[in-house]
Amino acid sequence: MVASTTPPETPQRPTPSRQREPWRERLARWDLRGTPYLLILPFFLVFMAFGLFPLLYTGWVSLHDWHVVLGDQGFVGLANFATLMSDPNFWNALFNTLSIFLLSTIPQLLAALGLAALLDRRLRGRTFWRAGVLLPNVVSVVAVALVFAQLFGRDYGVINHVLGWFGVDPVNWRSGTWTSHFAISVMVVWRWTGYNALIYLAAMQSVPRELYEQAEIDGASRWRTFWSITVPSIRPTIVFTVLVSTIYGLQLFAEPQLFDPKGTAGVGGNSREFQTVTMYLYEEGVRLGDAGYGSTIAWALFLIVLVFALINFRLSRRIASKD
Amino acid sequence: MATRTPNPPAPAPSDARVAEPRPRRRSTSRDSGGRRPGLLVYGLLSVIAVVSVFPLYWSFVVASRDNSAVAQASPPMLPGGNLFENIARVFDTVDFWLAIQNSLIVAGTVAVSNVFLSALAGFAFARLRFPGSKWLFVLVVGTMMVPTQLGIIPLYMLMSELGWYGRLEAVIVPALVSAFGVFWMRQACEETVPHELIEAARVDGCSVLRTFWTVALPAVRPQAAVLAMLTFMTAWNDFFWPLVVLDPNESPTVQIVLSNLASGYFTDYSLMLTGATLGVLPVVVLFILLARYIVGGVMQGAVKG
Repeated sequence: MVASTTPPETPQRPTPSRQREPWRERLARWDLRGTPYLLILPFFLVFMAFGLFPLLYTGWVSLHDWHVVLGDQGFVGLANFATLMSDPNFWNALFNTLSIFLLSTIPQLLAALGLAALLDRRLRGRTFWRAGVLLPNVVSVVAVALVFAQLFGRDYGVINHVLGWFGVDPVNWRSGTWTSHFAISVMVVWRWTGYNALIYLAAMQSVPRELYEQAEIDGASRWRTFWSITVPSIRPTIVFTVLVSTIYGLQLFAEPQLFDPKGTAGVGGNSREFQTVTMYLYEEGVRLGDAGYGSTIAWALFLIVLVFALINFRLSRRIASKD
Repeated sequence: MATRTPNPPAPAPSDARVAEPRPRRRSTSRDSGGRRPGLLVYGLLSVIAVVSVFPLYWSFVVASRDNSAVAQASPPMLPGGNLFENIARVFDTVDFWLAIQNSLIVAGTVAVSNVFLSALAGFAFARLRFPGSKWLFVLVVGTMMVPTQLGIIPLYMLMSELGWYGRLEAVIVPALVSAFGVFWMRQACEETVPHELIEAARVDGCSVLRTFWTVALPAVRPQAAVLAMLTFMTAWNDFFWPLVVLDPNESPTVQIVLSNLASGYFTDYSLMLTGATLGVLPVVVLFILLARYIVGGVMQGAVKG
């Protein structure tokens, strides 16, 4: 209800007939009480139907032998989870996911911090620089993956060509575990560093300037100031970006999927060198149509994301705290 | 692309004394440190800018050459003259028109509905009082943490059940409104819709919806435009869900068509990257036109430290 600045008027307002309140007034009252709920209803409807329900239902499906075409073939309890535990493809996918996640997230966030510190200086053409770093983020993942697939080509790739200048033999990026993980991480870093830098920059703008002036008077170096003042001051933001990168990083899909020369029909290299968990979920649950097993993979991934988010939350709080 | 070389920094006083704020500078920009950054900073930033732009530039170079040019001992670094042939080949190989049309329908609908529905909810959370509003809003923000990607199998079954498999509804309806949008528009209403105006409208006998339409919505127009842009880009660039639920032969989106260009027996890079260039062009042009607002928006929306 709308707050009135004046105290409520005399309770016994002259109401000529209590029975027959003017319909206008009654309508207005209903409007005030009910309309707010109507306004927020669309969001909750969409979220319940297409966000929450599927996620919970995934748990139900994972307890069944369930095929997309044939439907429910019966309750099997935790059998799918038992299969998952002894499925080498799953463990391989999990290893790849974690490896790419670490290889991309750590450099990306550190680089973003440094870049934000640069952008926080008194720059000329501020908007130009800021927009420039965000540009990679507006390009679609698919386009990024296609371009990088060429850049990382074995025979005619630009990266191998440049390495050749330094006498390095051409690398077959797709065939090795580490080389492919490195290449995919480069795509992720390229796409997200600027975005994170802008988020850090926004936080840095609200650090009290007096702190910097004080540090300058004390003769602290830029490096020292950065680590002892800037980083601890933007701690909540760092924790936030670590959480978001964890949630997205562990669900990585498009970059590795399209890095496979077979595109969306591939499984991440000839011997699954870079198949991530989400790619495995897509292979089993969508392409092979095993909904039960696919849902099991989804739930396992959900739990992994949860655990990692918690670990990272604690870690980043500790690292970014003041001493 | 040549990066714009910034003007050389103003000569800084050589001794490190406490910088006095210059009266000329706008008070809105707050930067660390008193001294103007030196050439080293601009040099570093220029390198980063080149790295940011290079893949896009490279994509354009390959798109404007024939496929054999890519397979040379030393890769070409300048655009060639085959751009229009390659574009024609893309349109011959895949139904790019249909893809563009579908992507426009999807991204356009999602952007408009997101702005409208998010503004409704944002307005309610920012300016109306109703029991439970606080924790309902917490719930909205909390939903941002739910990884919807993991629910795709039931979502897929749901879409088949509804008869939406292969239809654009399947990608549009789940994205009609987002927690981010609600959060964003609430922020916008908090900042730009004064309580007094709402009160005045109420006194004049405006209904809640009318107040929203005539008072709140016009006031948040700039933020709504930024949200529309961000949502449009996200929807245009979406890949995973359309890949799962759309039929690539019947109802492709631009991203699906692009991914199809990549999976052939032999890789035709110039075809592939022509497609990629065409696919990112609309979004990149929009971004360049609106970069100021979008960057400002991202900065505003960030969690304050």
